[in-house]
Amino acid sequence: MGKILAVTIILIAVLSAVPIVMHTWVAPADVSVHGHLIDEQMAETMVEAGIAFLAGQILLGLFIWKFSDVKPGARIRNFPGGAMGLVIGAFLLVGTEVLALGVFGVKAWSEVYFTPPAANAIPIQVQAGQFAFYFRYPGADGKFGPIHPELINEGTQNLFGLDQDHDPASKDDIVTAEMAIPVNHEIHLLMHTKDVGHSFYVPALRVQQDFVPGLDVALHFTATKVGKYEIVCTQLCGLGHYNMKAYLEVMSQADFDNWLKQQAANQ
Amino acid sequence: MHEASAHAVHQHAAPTSFIRKYVFSLDHKVIGKQYYALALIAVLTGMVLSWLMRLHLGWVNLKIPGLHLLSASGAPGDVMTPEYYLQLMTMHGTIMVFFVLTTAPFAAFGNYFLPIQVGAEDMPFPRFNMMSFWVTFTAFLVLVSSFFVGDGPTLAGWTQYAPLSAVGAVAGPGQGMGEVLWASAIAIFCVGQLLGSLNFITTTLDMRTKGMSLWRLPLTAWGWFITSVMGLTAFAVLMPACILLILDHVAGTSFFVASNLVLNDQLQPHSGGSTLLWQHLFWFFGHPEVYIAIVPGMGVVSHVLIANMRRPMLSHRVIVYSMGALAVLSYMVYGHHMFVSGMNPFSSLAFSFPTLVITIPSTILVLIWIGSLYGSKLRINSASLFALGFISLFISGGVSGFFLAQPSIDIMLHATYFVVGHFHLVMAVAAIFGIFAGTYFWFPKVTGRMMNETLGKVHFWLTFVGAYCIFMPFHYLGIAGNVRRYQAFVDDYLVGLIPLHRFITVAALITGVVQLIFLYNLIHSGFRGEKAPLNPWQATSLEWSTPSSPPPFDNFGGRHVVVYHDPYQYGIEGATDDYVMQDSPAQIQSVRDEK
Amino acid sequence: MATTVDKPADLEQRGDHLRRASSGNGGHRGLVPAEGRLPSVEDRSPAASTGIWVGLTAISMTFAALTSALVVRQGASTDWQRFTLPSVLYFDTCILLASSITLELSRRRFAAALGGLRGSASAAASWLYLTFVLGMVFVAGQYVAWLQLRHQGMYLSTNPSSSFFYVLTAAHALHVLGGLGGLILVVYRMSKSTLRRSTLDIASRYWHFMDVLWIYLFLLLWFKM
Repeated sequence: MGKILAVTIILIAVLSAVPIVMHTWVAPADVSVHGHLIDEQMAETMVEAGIAFLAGQILLGLFIWKFSDVKPGARIRNFPGGAMGLVIGAFLLVGTEVLALGVFGVKAWSEVYFTPPAANAIPIQVQAGQFAFYFRYPGADGKFGPIHPELINEGTQNLFGLDQDHDPASKDDIVTAEMAIPVNHEIHLLMHTKDVGHSFYVPALRVQQDFVPGLDVALHFTATKVGKYEIVCTQLCGLGHYNMKAYLEVMSQADFDNWLKQQAANQ
Repeated sequence: MHEASAHAVHQHAAPTSFIRKYVFSLDHKVIGKQYYALALIAVLTGMVLSWLMRLHLGWVNLKIPGLHLLSASGAPGDVMTPEYYLQLMTMHGTIMVFFVLTTAPFAAFGNYFLPIQVGAEDMPFPRFNMMSFWVTFTAFLVLVSSFFVGDGPTLAGWTQYAPLSAVGAVAGPGQGMGEVLWASAIAIFCVGQLLGSLNFITTTLDMRTKGMSLWRLPLTAWGWFITSVMGLTAFAVLMPACILLILDHVAGTSFFVASNLVLNDQLQPHSGGSTLLWQHLFWFFGHPEVYIAIVPGMGVVSHVLIANMRRPMLSHRVIVYSMGALAVLSYMVYGHHMFVSGMNPFSSLAFSFPTLVITIPSTILVLIWIGSLYGSKLRINSASLFALGFISLFISGGVSGFFLAQPSIDIMLHATYFVVGHFHLVMAVAAIFGIFAGTYFWFPKVTGRMMNETLGKVHFWLTFVGAYCIFMPFHYLGIAGNVRRYQAFVDDYLVGLIPLHRFITVAALITGVVQLIFLYNLIHSGFRGEKAPLNPWQATSLEWSTPSSPPPFDNFGGRHVVVYHDPYQYGIEGATDDYVMQDSPAQIQSVRDEK
Repeated sequence: MATTVDKPADLEQRGDHLRRASSGNGGHRGLVPAEGRLPSVEDRSPAASTGIWVGLTAISMTFAALTSALVVRQGASTDWQRFTLPSVLYFDTCILLASSITLELSRRRFAAALGGLRGSASAAASWLYLTFVLGMVFVAGQYVAWLQLRHQGMYLSTNPSSSFFYVLTAAHALHVLGGLGGLILVVYRMSKSTLRRSTLDIASRYWHFMDVLWIYLFLLLWFKM
């Protein structure tokens, strides 16, 4: 039975690797400027993890095959190099590998978090709340009016709690249920949550960031391809969590300008 | 007759009444069995919850017969509502993590075998030990009672992030009474665990018999000792966190709830609280907790394998040091659960490095296990099959950690099924395999009977293949961006993944049913199993030296055990058998493992 | 394959190995020779001693968690309101310090009594009763502190600073009550002459720790509030 176990382990390992190698299930295609860094990191890790995974399982299988059902008179032997060899091997192979991954991964992370938004980035505010995302564009004055939480009213659709009678900056704010952005133009996303924790995830854009109640978080990114994508919530926020999403439309600059004008007119 | 009367441990006489023998027992063996029974009830409950979840995920409008009886509001017409899915999911996670994975490998096996393995009659604080079980049991009752109150259990996941968990009923169904019951149950659980850790630590340090130095302890004892130290420090942090959560909930404080939150168009009265504070407190506990779940299993697997390889590990000390390193590092890595939480991105990088480094002791353990197989005389039986399966599963589960340890990759994989696959492989499967290995191995000692080997092997094969069929696909789903904690997949990019979910559901149901084989084997063998020899595995550690199976009340029948050898003296040359028991005074040329 | 002769009976050579280990001798920590008779009942139970350190570690972790919660909470927002510490706290601190002193006196008198010094046993008991009374006064004093704080209009949920005040002092007072329970046990055993020295020792260790913990909390409250 040891031999059957060995074969099973190796078979499971190889079969598990097949969908990865065949790219059967993959992340949506990358449409961001910084995404390639993440994808490269992912590919690199997949290779190293894959080798470690297969090597480990195959070695396990091999030894089970060879040393189960041995002859009764056989002598116990030690693995060549002994424990010290394996410890050193672990440090050298795995240790250096993971540290390399860590060091190289800093680049992708920095690209997202340690670079400031471009001077001409379009500021868009997204407000998460049970169970929808709403967006706000600053309008012609380029400024967002203050939010008055006590004025938030789903009934009258004052979603951001704006006081357009008393706050001049709010007057030209454009509130939408869908997010549209021009292609190849950096977006500075200001993230705010109305109630509990939520998260902003657009797999195709290679961004995911939690909203933090009480804190304003910001992200910046640039989309490189026109298309329609989904923004989904990934932080458990209540019974509607599974359904909490909004569409992100990446448009040409001209289409975006038209869209924005139309949204402004509908306010 | 040794000076048992003056012996430090001999604090309680053998019980006579039924209550004292089986209910409020001071005997560590009975307490160990009680924990095992609790874990069994918990795992069956948790498993049924997982079936309900998986059925719903595969077929979202499925009528599950009888579900409305469990909750009329949660399943009107037997169809699960979105909130009820989350409530079942929360209870599944909570019950499994706390009442199965912290209870069985550590409290059940450890309580039963640690005193015996160190050569003691019992633990030094039997009354605290008894209390620890009943407190844990109370915690279980409080937790499960939330199924039957008002609008059911909390739906905020086993991680209970604030402010969802802290603002109260306005946040959703189950967030009123259900939430308070959850936090109370867990706070009570913490107390039980602290009492348990107290006994484990003092047993290991102070109750070792003559000749039992620390380095002569079996690897199981080391696993339990290291785990108990982690438990002491981790649960002592979770408890105040739960209390602060309860206060936010019922007393109007604002530890975790920020200002200006609007739910249901109502401005919440809290202000100034820190959302991330809960996450820091929780994960400071939460990460050591997962090592608490796995380290005892590592000890058990090592112990079972050694007996079945007929040789000690390539290096006993390296295994101990590696388990210790995991324990120490486990406190430094907890922020990897919070990479995209909004905490300072520099902190994310800082946490990622120890997280990557923790792969090193994990790898060392795997390599030592595999390396020890080389040149061994591996015996295949149910216990060793599960031990070997543990290694395979630990490799699989561990390797997915390479991805999650990196913040940049976590951007894509956080909160997806990739994470769920990772932790299920290492916890749900590997740790459970450790429990199975321990059960098949020690059943003869606890009951005096053998489990049925054929059924054990069938149980292994079906579970091993089944578990991979369930959890390997989780990684593919995660790579495709499948978000977790969704009760249904309605997003455009997720709809195409539903067939894979259905495959997983079928695999889960089959594998779940297979566990009935184990249950049957456990119960049937307990009554009708073949009578076991005293040392059926020809193993060397002290539990196999007891004069009977089950051991007598004081473990060694009045004999003051003296230990003469390292715990794993196998491969003896020129001996009648190929092993020497730890308490055998025989002086023979013996194998010394490489230090 | 490494083979060395393992001399199993060679415990003498490994003696220092055993001595270094805290046990390996049935829990008798080198106080008892490998072969030989056990001394009288008073001076054993190293497990209790380890046990108390284990317990104190857990308690320290709990208060460390609460401290970091306080620090983070204070930094998370600008709503931290300072207030005057209830004046009774200064008195309470002195009371608790005094109780530690009286407990120490009791402990030493008890050790002397065991050693045969007459009259020490009753002195030990007196100091013990005094400790207990001082402990009760401390707990009562904490309650007075809460009343004084309420008088200032600071309740549990008024402000994060007051929240932490109540939580920290209540947590501490709860543990002091536990310590009082332990002292009751000690008093009871002392009256029956079954008190082991080690029991009194560990009870005092716990009590002194409550004292040290209080001083720490007092300073924390003083600086933060």
